[in-house]
Amino acid sequence: MSKLIFEKSVPGARAFSLPPCDIPEPDELPDAFLRGEDALLPEVSEVEAVRHYTELSQRSYGVDNGFYPLGSCTMKYNPKIDEWAARLPGFANIHPYQAEETVQGALELMHDLEGMLCEITGMDCFTLQPAAGAHGELTGALIIKAYHQHRQDLQRTRMIVPDSAHGTNPATAHMAGFEMIEVKSNARGLVDTGDLRALMSDQIAGLMLTNPNTLGLFEEEIREIAEVIHAAGGLLYYDGANANAIMGVTRPGDMGFDVCHLNLHKTFATPHGGGGPGSGPIGVKAFLADFLPAPVVANRDGHLALDYDRPLSIGKVLSFYGNFGVMVKAYTYIKALGASGIREACENAVLNANYLRTRLGGHYDIPYDRLCKHEFVASARKQKKEDGVSALDVAKSLIDYGYHPPTIYFPLIVEEALMIEPTETETRERLDDFVEAMLSIARDATQHPEQVREAPRKAVIRRVDETRAARNPVLKWTP
Amino acid sequence: MGYVPNPSRVAREMLESMGLQSMEDLFTDIPAGLRLGRDLNLEAPQSEQELRQSLGRLAARNTTVDDRPCFLGAGAYDHYIPAAVEQLLLRSEFYTAYTPYQPELSQGILQAIFEYQTMICNLTAMDVANASMYDGGSALAEACSLACDATRRSRVLVPDTVNPRYLEVARTYAGGGRMEIVTVPGSEGIADSVAIASLIDSRTAAVVIQHPNFYGSLETGLPDIARAIHDQKGLLIMSVDPISLGLLKPPGAWGADIVAGEGQALGNPLSFGGPYLGFFAASEKLMRKMPGRLVGQTVDLDGQRAFVLTIQAREQHIRREKASSNICSNEALCALAAAIYLSAVGREGLKEIAARCHQLACYARNELQKRGFPLKNQQPFFREFAVAIRDPGAANRALLDAGIIGGYELDGALLLAFTEKRNRAEIDRLVHVLGGIRNE
Amino acid sequence: MEIREGLYYSEDHEWVRVEGDNAYVGISDFAQEHLGDIVFVELPDLDGEFEAGAAIGVIESVKAVSDMHTPVSGKVIAVNEALEDSAGVLNKEPYDRHVAVLKMSNRADLDKLMNSVDYTAFCTREAE
Repeated sequence: MSKLIFEKSVPGARAFSLPPCDIPEPDELPDAFLRGEDALLPEVSEVEAVRHYTELSQRSYGVDNGFYPLGSCTMKYNPKIDEWAARLPGFANIHPYQAEETVQGALELMHDLEGMLCEITGMDCFTLQPAAGAHGELTGALIIKAYHQHRQDLQRTRMIVPDSAHGTNPATAHMAGFEMIEVKSNARGLVDTGDLRALMSDQIAGLMLTNPNTLGLFEEEIREIAEVIHAAGGLLYYDGANANAIMGVTRPGDMGFDVCHLNLHKTFATPHGGGGPGSGPIGVKAFLADFLPAPVVANRDGHLALDYDRPLSIGKVLSFYGNFGVMVKAYTYIKALGASGIREACENAVLNANYLRTRLGGHYDIPYDRLCKHEFVASARKQKKEDGVSALDVAKSLIDYGYHPPTIYFPLIVEEALMIEPTETETRERLDDFVEAMLSIARDATQHPEQVREAPRKAVIRRVDETRAARNPVLKWTP
Repeated sequence: MGYVPNPSRVAREMLESMGLQSMEDLFTDIPAGLRLGRDLNLEAPQSEQELRQSLGRLAARNTTVDDRPCFLGAGAYDHYIPAAVEQLLLRSEFYTAYTPYQPELSQGILQAIFEYQTMICNLTAMDVANASMYDGGSALAEACSLACDATRRSRVLVPDTVNPRYLEVARTYAGGGRMEIVTVPGSEGIADSVAIASLIDSRTAAVVIQHPNFYGSLETGLPDIARAIHDQKGLLIMSVDPISLGLLKPPGAWGADIVAGEGQALGNPLSFGGPYLGFFAASEKLMRKMPGRLVGQTVDLDGQRAFVLTIQAREQHIRREKASSNICSNEALCALAAAIYLSAVGREGLKEIAARCHQLACYARNELQKRGFPLKNQQPFFREFAVAIRDPGAANRALLDAGIIGGYELDGALLLAFTEKRNRAEIDRLVHVLGGIRNE
Repeated sequence: MEIREGLYYSEDHEWVRVEGDNAYVGISDFAQEHLGDIVFVELPDLDGEFEAGAAIGVIESVKAVSDMHTPVSGKVIAVNEALEDSAGVLNKEPYDRHVAVLKMSNRADLDKLMNSVDYTAFCTREAE
C-alpha cells in the first residue's frame, strides 16, 4: 500500500533553502497574532518528494496514456507546443497589474483570441474571464438576467433547460436566481417543440441548450426553437460543451443563439489537469456586449488597454482577467490548426463517433441509432436485463482492458447509459481495439457475468466502498 | 498543422465501411441554411516552427518579473517556485488526466488531492477542505453563499479593507438574488469592529474578514468581530493568505467557520492573473453543504486503503437545480502545484519564507520612513503595506524607467509587496528611486 | 420487496403510521432500494409546520439525492436523531425507522393516501 507524503515525513528533512539575507531583524508581531504550533506540513528531502509525486503520477491515467472516450468531455490530445507556449516566461511571469505598456503581448493574445472565438462561433464579442464552463454558464445566465432587468422586464424569472441537460445547467439557473423548468425530449431524443411552445409565457427568461445535445444528436429544429424563444421575449443560451461537433461547419451565432460559452479545455485541446484548470469564455451578440464582465480588452489606436468603464457590466466573476495560462494554450492550438485544421478536427470527431456507433450497434443497445455527431449514447440495458451486468460493470471491465471508461449514467434520460465520445485524435486501430474490448465484455457478460461484475481485477485497487466513504467521510489525514 | 492521426485514405475507408461517400455525408442532419458554407476566416495554419516564432515574439513583448524586481502584490505575488514543482507538473499522467471519477484509474491524483486537502486543513486549522475552486475572489463569493445557505439568512457584512476585486466578485454572485453584500467602511486601514458589531443582527449570515487585509494590515479587531458574529449565531468567514499562515495564527484558531483564500502564492506562477487557486475550508458541521469536490478515504474490496471522490450527491451532476453551487471543473492542477510546493518547502521552509517576507517588508518600511515616506496606517502588517506617495502614477513610471516593477496604485499611496525573492539591494534601489521624486 | 400492511403510502414512496393525532413518517422499501446505500439524512427542524406534500428533509445516497416529503400536513414534534449517525439503517429497516413525527393538522389528508394493496399495485405499475 502506498504511503502518504505525511507518512514519509522525517522530522528535520528539508528540500528547500533561502539565500542569505543581511538585513536587521524585523518587528515583532503582536504575540496574539502569531501561530502557536507549526502547521503540520510534510518534511521530506527533494529526492523523496520527487519520488513520491512520480509514483503518484504512475497511478494516474491521462490522454497521453490511452483512449479516453468520455462523452461530453472531449478528451482530445493536448499538443505539447501549447504547453511550451504557456510556460514562456513572457506569459508565465507577468503580474496582472503591471503597467499596460509592459504587457502588450499578453493583451494582444487575449484580443486576438477573442476575435478568433467570435469568428468560430458567429458571436460578436467575447470575454475570457470565466474560469470554467460552469463559470461561463453563470456569467451567461447573469447577463441574460441583467438584459431583462435593464429593460424593466422584471417578471422573467424562469429558465428552461432540457431534461437531457448536463447538471451544471440547472445548477447555474438556480445560482443565478432563476426557477428552472424542464422541457421534455421527444421520441427522436430532441427538444419537444410542442412542449416548448406550451411552456412559453412572459415569465420565460431564456432557454439553455447544447447543440448537438447530450445524446450527440443535432437539434434539427434549432431555428424554430430560436424563433419560439425570441417571440416570447426570451434569450437563447448555447452551452458550448459539444462545440467539437460543429466547428467550422456551423455556428451557434448563426443558429440564433444570443449568448454562448466555450470550454477551452474541451474543444480547444487545453489539458484537463485532473479536474482543472479550464476556461469558459462567454460570447454574446452585440446587443448584450454592455453587460459583459469588466474589464474588456480595448484597442485604442493600436495600443491595447483594459477598459473598466463598463457601467452596465454584470461585474466581475473572477479577480483578474481569466485563466490566461489556459488561453495561451487554446490560442496556440487555433493558430496551429487554422480554418482547415478546425474543420478537419470536427469532421474526424464526427467520423470516429459514427464509426464506433455502427460497430457497437447490435451488441449494445443504441437508443437513437442514427447519424450522430461527435458522441453517441449506448445502453447496457440488454446486458442488465439478461445478465445482470450494468453500465457500471461494463465501465469497470474496460479498465482491465487498459481504457478509461466512457461517461456512465448520463444523460439521465437513457437507462444504463454509456456516453461515448472518441474525439478526432484517435486512430482507426485504437477504435477497432476499443470495439474488440467492448465486444469481449459483452460476451463475458453472457458467459461469465460474475467476472464482469467484479471488475476491475488488474488495476492497482479493486472497486471501492463508496458507501463507507460517504457515510463517515474521512477527508484528511490525521497522525 | 493538426493532430488528426488518421491519414485521409484511412478516413475514406472508415466512411466506406459505413456506406458513406464523403465527410459531407456525416453532416446531413445539419439544415443547409445553417451551414457556414465557407472557410472560417482565420489565419493560415502554422507549423510548430512557425508557432515557436510567433508565440515567442508575442511573449517577448511583455516585461517579466525575471527582468525586473516586482513589488506588485494586491492579490498576486512573485514568490519563488522550486524547480521540482515545475518539473513534476510536466508529468502528463497528471496534466492530461480528467477528473478522477474512476478511482481505480486515478489513485495517484486522488491521493495527491487528499494530501492537498490535509495540507490546507493544517495550514488553516480547519476541519475540512475541498479540492479547489477557481480563485480567491470566487471562493469568497461561494463562502458567502454557503454561509447564507447554512444560516438561512441572506446578509453578509464585508469591510472595505477586503480586496476590492473579491468584493466585486461577491456582488456579482449576489446578483443571483440569494444574498445581499453590505460593505462596512474601515477605520485607520483596518475593519471597524465597532461599526461591524453594531450592524450585526439576526439577519446577518456572516461577516467576512480578510487577514492580512488587502492593504497588508493585520485585522487586530478580529477577536471582537468573531465574538460579535457568533453571539448572533452568524458565521465568521476569513479570507487568508497562505504564506502568512507560516507565521500568523490560523483562521481556525480565530473561530472562523469558513475559510476562502488565494493559493497562487503556493507554487503557481503569476501568469497574468490565472489560472490561480481558490482554496476553501470549513468546519465539520458545514461539510455536507460545501461546494466543490471532496476526496475521501475508504477501502477497496480487498481492504486496501483507497481514495475516492465522495459525497458527490451534493454536486451539480446529481443535485442539479438543488445543488448549492454549479462548480464542476476546478483548479486541480494548481492545487497539485500547491501540494508539491508545500512538500518541497516543508514545515520549516514555509515558516522561513514567511519570516523572510516579514523581515524584508520591515526593512523596507524603515528605509522608506527614513526617506520621508510614511506608511498610510500604523497597523502591524505582513508582507505588504501602503506607503503614502503624492503621485503614485509618477512614482511607478520612475520606477519602471529604473528597471523596477513598482507597486499597486492607490489614492495617494503605493501598495508594495515584499516576497522572499526580494533582497536588500533591490529594496535600497526602490527607496533610492522614490527618494528622487519629490514627495510633499 | 416489502410493503407493510397497516400503513398509509404516498406516491413519493413515503409511509405514514398513525398513533392518535400523530403521524410517524418514513420511506418505503421501494424508496430505499431505488436510492441505494443511504449515506445522510437531513432532518426537519422541530416545530416546523408543513402542508401535505411539502419537502421536510433530504435523503442522500451515494449516487442520488432525494427530497423527502410529508404525506400529511402538520407540525414536526420529533425527529429520529439516531439517523444522524447511522443513516444506513433506513436501508435495512425502512419501516421500523421513522424519519419524523408530525402532529397532524388535517386528518383528511390520510384519505388521499394509498393503503398497502393500492400501493402494491402502484409499485408494480411504476416498475414497468
